[in-house]
Amino acid sequence: MKISFRYIGVIALVASMAACKKDNYAGPSSLLSGHVVYQGEAIQLERNQVPFQIYQYGFGKVGPIGQTFGQDGAYSATLFNGNYKIIVPNGQGPFLWKQTAAGDPDTVNVSLNGNKTLDLEVMPYYMIRNPQITGSGGKVTGTFKAEKIITDINAKDIERVSLYINKSQFVSGGDNIAVTDLNGTDIVDVNNIALTVTVPALTPTQTYVYARIGLKIAGLEDMIFSPLQKVSF
Amino acid sequence: MKKIVSILTITTLTVGWWGCKKDSDFLDVQPTTFLTTDQVFSDPNLALTVLSDLYNRQEDLTSLDGYLQPYSNNTEPGWRTMADFSESFPSENGSSYIVSRTGWGYDAWRLDWTRAYTYIRELNLFLARDSASTGLSVADRTRFYAEGRFLRAIFYFEMARRMGGVPLITRTLDYDYKGNVTSLQFPRAKESDMYDFIISEAEAIKNDLPSDINEKSRASKGAALAMECRAALYAASIAKYGAGTPSVALPGGEVGIDAAKATGYYNAALTAAKEIISGAAGPYALYNNGGDLSDNFANLFLDKASAETIFMEDFKTGGKTHAFTTNDQPYSFSDEGGDAGRLNPSLNLAEAYEKLDNTYAPFATVDGGGNPIYYTNLQDIFAGRDARLAGTILLPDGTFKGKTVDIWAGYVLADGSIFTSDEAGHHKTLPGTSTPVQVVGTDGPVNGLELRSQSGFYIRKYLDPTTGSGRRGQGSTVAFIRYRFAEVLLNAAEAAFELGDPATAAGYMNQVRARAGLTTPLVAADITFDRIVHERRVELAFEGHILFDMKRWRLAHKVWDGAPTGLADLVSNIGVATKHSTQPWGLWPYKLYNPASPDNGKWLFKETLPALVTGTNRFLFGNYYSLIGNDVIAANPKIIRQPNQ
Repeated sequence: MKISFRYIGVIALVASMAACKKDNYAGPSSLLSGHVVYQGEAIQLERNQVPFQIYQYGFGKVGPIGQTFGQDGAYSATLFNGNYKIIVPNGQGPFLWKQTAAGDPDTVNVSLNGNKTLDLEVMPYYMIRNPQITGSGGKVTGTFKAEKIITDINAKDIERVSLYINKSQFVSGGDNIAVTDLNGTDIVDVNNIALTVTVPALTPTQTYVYARIGLKIAGLEDMIFSPLQKVSF
Repeated sequence: MKKIVSILTITTLTVGWWGCKKDSDFLDVQPTTFLTTDQVFSDPNLALTVLSDLYNRQEDLTSLDGYLQPYSNNTEPGWRTMADFSESFPSENGSSYIVSRTGWGYDAWRLDWTRAYTYIRELNLFLARDSASTGLSVADRTRFYAEGRFLRAIFYFEMARRMGGVPLITRTLDYDYKGNVTSLQFPRAKESDMYDFIISEAEAIKNDLPSDINEKSRASKGAALAMECRAALYAASIAKYGAGTPSVALPGGEVGIDAAKATGYYNAALTAAKEIISGAAGPYALYNNGGDLSDNFANLFLDKASAETIFMEDFKTGGKTHAFTTNDQPYSFSDEGGDAGRLNPSLNLAEAYEKLDNTYAPFATVDGGGNPIYYTNLQDIFAGRDARLAGTILLPDGTFKGKTVDIWAGYVLADGSIFTSDEAGHHKTLPGTSTPVQVVGTDGPVNGLELRSQSGFYIRKYLDPTTGSGRRGQGSTVAFIRYRFAEVLLNAAEAAFELGDPATAAGYMNQVRARAGLTTPLVAADITFDRIVHERRVELAFEGHILFDMKRWRLAHKVWDGAPTGLADLVSNIGVATKHSTQPWGLWPYKLYNPASPDNGKWLFKETLPALVTGTNRFLFGNYYSLIGNDVIAANPKIIRQPNQ
């Protein structure tokens, strides 16, 4: 019986030594990050609504790493070093992603070796230019110019423009405490659009709100926004 | 000695004689643990057991016994399959995600691909074996064959309305183990091909199925025609309204149908509907047994002999039962203590039921000056409405199993403040008194208190009044009606309207409405698209239509647009097809406590958004057709991705 106990001890020792051996791969460590931009200017979106897909080749089955852009158009992904391609699926985003002749989303190729910053250049249908958001007397007023960027056969109309306010920094159609809409057909001068929204009673009280102007493009579900602004009223 | 010799002789003889038997006979023993294909397909009863398993594996997005979640072994309970789309509030803490999320994943409503095609394969195997069988009578064989084709068509319909075009496999495929699987990889069919297949299958089999209205849980001629009618209507509306959402389409037609085909499909739907209405498939009729119209409407779902039911999923004590009544019975007289009250219809749905003069109106809670309106009886506010309101929804003070549900949210004091408790049925002392009295209903509503009503309503449709039906062990045997005559009439009305014949449409629609007490007939000029949408919503609530109807009309992204539903939104535009409905509201009754007022003890109502409703429903273009997983696409590169995903 003594002997068998000794064997058990030896076996346990061998087993634990074997376990000391590294039995795992290192996790991904290269950070790919950037913004979705037009001529260097970040495009403002609704959080968690505009997806993009990262594909890596060479591993048999093809499935994307799916993610969404942040509210300020930022994205980031921690990946292994290697070659990747990035696409935005058709019909997503308030912008036109480059397409191949066959109508599939064209790819942006990325060769990753260490951290990398990569901005994704797109063509937005519209840009919100010169947004001025001010608050006074319990109201928030925003003025801006809607510049039509795509004017060829792909051009789309403005469905509506909206001024959103929220208590927190997430401001969009899904996250707001008050909104004022103006239909695209009611816009008199696209170079000078003004919207005013009344701030409702806030609990707990706060003397500021966050505001953004959004522009809805007909036939697309994602809106384009102005940069976030903190407004005292 | 002699004796021994004789025994030896006998033994030798016996053994020798035994040994003379042919080896093949000796070794060929019939197994007793399974039946061979030939045995099964030579006995109609055995073949029927195979068929009944195939019936049982049909998928419904909405059903009373729920379904097995895709890619998982968890069961989605029946009540929760009806709890979404702002039509109801889920009063179970573990299910509040339904009202706190901000939309649906692209994988919502998809079918488990592997399970689906395993089922299709077994249907194809059944068809091949049935047609090869020699032991079955021709009549049995033909009927079984038609039933198998019916089940296959209806399952492809289920796949098409969730995922659009999928590979149409109509024979069994076998792998040759040579390492090349390309012969097993099929591309997605066009969406129109899916519907063409369903329509042609229904036409091909309808005369092989019995024209018997008592055949409700097996395929009948009526069931085949009802399926054809619905499928053609779906295809027609996708063709017509899909034109408004050009981005929800694929260039190869796997999703989206050419607008030019709409008229043809509407005609097909109307023809199939007329064949049922004319009685060619049996004397189907609206369930109308007199008495109270609301009770009559509720009984339609309880009476299995109803002439309205065309095809149903049946349940039976001792066989298959479901827990719908257990999960949804009123809390205060539940058979099962803490198991009750989960499905609470929303005010969004309740207010959609019209007034008897065919007009829409919200429930009158305040007068023009914003002051509350006081009602003597709790149910006065619901008076003069479509009988289907009380037939579908168990209202405050409504009766079930001879008892009255106790739904009220508390007292309103003279200064307008609310005096209530966070414990249902709690007794407290009102200000200025000394005797404790009950201050809130035993059935709620109290925010966050699960298993009681949190919207002010309980579900009545399908709720089983049989003694003991609310017990977990016993369960309920109420059937889930997949196709019924009223839907056929509404299909006919919609098809006629879209074909430019509103007078005929009004005729069909008035039949359904008259049964609900709306006896002032609609005339041709009253029939609009909004009317069609509205009538289906209120007649077919909780029957698994809302999602697919909103999808085929391409209304889903407008109705569930992600913007919060404010009170002003809620009470305006009732009856408008595009009215948005993203959060389930409740209607909470309060009792006035103000001894100085003549209204003391009367009821007032407040529209209330249950506190757990923090999310909004947002339906994206990518939700129109459910995700086909990356595993499927990786295994078969001919499958293309859904649009906008």
